[in-house]
Amino acid sequence: MTAALLPLLAVATKVDLGVFLVCAAIVLTGAFGVVFLRNPVHSALSLVMTLFGVAVLFVAQEAHFLAAVQVIVYSGAIVVLFLFVIMLLGVDREEAVEVEGLKGQRPLAFGVGALMLLLVLLLARANDWATGQTGARGLASGPGENVEKLGRSIFTDFLLPFEVTAVLLVIAVVGAVVLARRPPQLRDEGDDQ
Amino acid sequence: MEILDAVWLIPALPLAGFLTLLIAGRKLGDPFAGWLATSAIGGAFVATVVVFGRLLNMGEEERRHITTLFTWVPAGGFSVDVAFLVDPLSITMALFVTGIGTLIHLYSIGYMHGDERFSKFFVYLNLFAFSMLMLVLADNFLLSFLGWEGVGACSYFLISFWFTRESAAVAGKKAFVTNRIGDFGFMIAMFLLFASVGTLDYWGTASVANGSIGVFEQAERLSTYTASAVVLLLFLGAAGKSAQLPLYLWLPDAMEGPTPVSALIHAATMVTAGVFLLVRCAPLLEQADPNVTLFIAGVGALTALFAATVACAQDDIKKVLAYSTVSQLGYMVLAVGSGAYVAAIFHMVTHAFFKALLFLGAGSVIHGLHDEQDMKRMGSLRKWMPITWATFLVGWLAISGVPPFSGFWSKDEVLAGAFDKSPALWAIGVLVALLTAYYMSRQVFLVFYGHERWRQPAAGADPADAADPADAADQGHTAHGSAEPHESPWVMTLPLIALAGLAAVGGMLNLPLFKATLFLEHWLEPSLGEVEHHVLATGTKIALAIVATIAALAGVGLAYVTWYRKKPAENANLEPDILKKAWTYDAAIAAFVGGPGRAAAAWSAFTVDKGVIDGAVNGVATLVRQGGGQLRKVQTGYVRNYALGLAAGVVLLLAWTLVRVGL
Amino acid sequence: MTVDGSWYLILAAVLFSIGAIGLLIRRNVLVMFMCVELMLNAVNLTFVTFARMLDDIGGQVVVFFVLVVAAAEVVVGLGIIVSIFRRRTGDQGTTADDLHLLKG
Repeated sequence: MTAALLPLLAVATKVDLGVFLVCAAIVLTGAFGVVFLRNPVHSALSLVMTLFGVAVLFVAQEAHFLAAVQVIVYSGAIVVLFLFVIMLLGVDREEAVEVEGLKGQRPLAFGVGALMLLLVLLLARANDWATGQTGARGLASGPGENVEKLGRSIFTDFLLPFEVTAVLLVIAVVGAVVLARRPPQLRDEGDDQ
Repeated sequence: MEILDAVWLIPALPLAGFLTLLIAGRKLGDPFAGWLATSAIGGAFVATVVVFGRLLNMGEEERRHITTLFTWVPAGGFSVDVAFLVDPLSITMALFVTGIGTLIHLYSIGYMHGDERFSKFFVYLNLFAFSMLMLVLADNFLLSFLGWEGVGACSYFLISFWFTRESAAVAGKKAFVTNRIGDFGFMIAMFLLFASVGTLDYWGTASVANGSIGVFEQAERLSTYTASAVVLLLFLGAAGKSAQLPLYLWLPDAMEGPTPVSALIHAATMVTAGVFLLVRCAPLLEQADPNVTLFIAGVGALTALFAATVACAQDDIKKVLAYSTVSQLGYMVLAVGSGAYVAAIFHMVTHAFFKALLFLGAGSVIHGLHDEQDMKRMGSLRKWMPITWATFLVGWLAISGVPPFSGFWSKDEVLAGAFDKSPALWAIGVLVALLTAYYMSRQVFLVFYGHERWRQPAAGADPADAADPADAADQGHTAHGSAEPHESPWVMTLPLIALAGLAAVGGMLNLPLFKATLFLEHWLEPSLGEVEHHVLATGTKIALAIVATIAALAGVGLAYVTWYRKKPAENANLEPDILKKAWTYDAAIAAFVGGPGRAAAAWSAFTVDKGVIDGAVNGVATLVRQGGGQLRKVQTGYVRNYALGLAAGVVLLLAWTLVRVGL
Repeated sequence: MTVDGSWYLILAAVLFSIGAIGLLIRRNVLVMFMCVELMLNAVNLTFVTFARMLDDIGGQVVVFFVLVVAAAEVVVGLGIIVSIFRRRTGDQGTTADDLHLLKG
């Protein structure tokens, strides 16, 4: 099977490259859209675009399960939630993006952001990008499905964090209900005799 | 028990008198309060005589005894005791302080009779006696300084005793402030001494087991520079107390006080404290640069000359004596500067005798003439006040330096010492002797001879002048009802007679005729430490004596010609205004203090204190506040600014990591 | 030319900084939140890249957990935003800058 794929390898690398470039473009376009579009609804939609791009990049990196979860949970639930709130609160009015209320915020923000990017890249390049032990928690490559390997790792090595995140989710739900609840209504006068 | 240990009685009795009179004086009243005070100091005199007798019987080497009462300042390495140094010098001083003090206390009973604050006067007098005795008997600089300050304070109290008179109050303040300038010098000298030798005791108590060393034993270890500095500073103190140029100006004004005060404090005792201090510190003077002692002698001579010229033109009977005191103190300082310490003490003793006599006599005259002090309005009093006249004559001859009275011998010693140091100073001394004889004779002729000018009404004088309401001593006189002068009561004339006797024969203390008669010189030797004795050839000494006598007689003759023969009004040109105003010294000082002095003080207060020092302190506070104000601006309240801060922090961390790890 | 792992890392870094800048610039609260999501996604991408480069499944596990926690965080965060801005109209202020009116 692998031998048959060899001739495809030459093509595959080119496909790899093309996929990466296209997806990178999608991701970056979406990111710029989030930041620079005036209407928050448009920003949310740009976010969806970014998330799709990232999902495809996950697939390219052979993290199939995560790609699926990304699309379903992130763009399917979280962004929808965002849109709900935007509509609920009525903050969908266009923000005056040109005007900056705080002095020096904008240039400083750009400066700091650029510096951060530069420093991170320099640091990473100086340290050979990825260093460390390979396969510390189990191999990602090799035979078997990605889901199986992921599941095995979660339910053995990372069992406690798993349980804790379950609790976290419960807390989050409860918290959300409490926070978003309307304050209790005042009783009407002469209601109970 | 060692009799010398009873030396503490000497200052204690006047202190007891002071405390008793302070509490019960008003009840005791006039004259009993006066008798109590007089007996207190009389008792002190008796105690001094006893101690003196004991000291006399001891061998020469043993004549230094220290009696410690208790430790006053136990401060680690610095320890000061309340202790008395019984040695020839201190006992000599104590003798004439208590002796003359007793006589003056007695005199004051009569003089202050009728004053409404009679007992208060004796409170101050006894306090003064206590302070002065502490000063001379102390065995260390600090205790002497206690007495020094005490006599300064009492001088202030007593000068402004009749404080309802503005001039008296001002004079008191002037004395105190001028003294203070001198005290500053004394204090700095003490600090220097302590810093150099680590102790303030005059002589150490080497007989005691822990054997402490005093200042004078270590005098040779001091560098000439340090010793000179200390001596100059001590001289500043002495100049303040003993009224030398430039700090003499309080003494003439101090005549505002009652006459017994002038006699006791400003003739015999307090003003001699400065000279005493310098003589006590003879070992230090020996160690200092010879130019320093020359300077001291020069100041003394100059002061003597200055004051003598001014005295020639004064009309007030007490002002003449005041300037005369300044002049004679100048003589003593001249002697000290020339290294003739014995001569200085000798002259101090004889001066105490005859100056006190002269002042008390003047007081008697003032009392007899119902508070008239202008000599131009006196005259021919020898008929009316014979005892006063006779005793005054003795004092006059003594101060003029006419042999064989005491003044001649002591002045001669001083001039001999001056000649040894510098003939120029000797010449000034002789000139001063001439002037002294002149103005004293002038005084005698104006007061006791001539016409009875007090009968004439004053030309153009205010009737209010004659009846000065603040002269409380006047109150006793209105009862007499007589306008003619009268002799003073026995309480006043008895001291005059006693002092006249002393002034006459006082020369016997130190007759330079034979070795044996140089009693004072032998007596004081142990106190002075290792000092050089300058011995002049006998021939030189006799020549100097003759010159001095001629000067004295010439002065008397000059006064006879100008004042005895003629009327005072004809001699106006002999009394130029500039001399009357003491060479405008007072005005000059006032201008200096008022102008540059005040400007310097204002600069100090406003520029330095308020601007620099306060500014620095307030500046720190302002800095903190403004810094805080600036830092506060970080808290904008905007979340996005805080986020920016976070991002900046991240950037900094990354940069630091990059630097650490290396590119 | 093969796509190296480092390329993904660079992309992730750029995405992260865009998200950071957006957070600092935008005033609308929800858009700021979205920028936070961008940053989280960048992190996820980085982890997955490391999982491949180091051949370690642990990287993907971390991404799993990040997703879960991000979801919880979004829920709670939006709940807070709702409770703060619920009754405000346009005049009272609905931007992040107006939070300073809360004063404390």
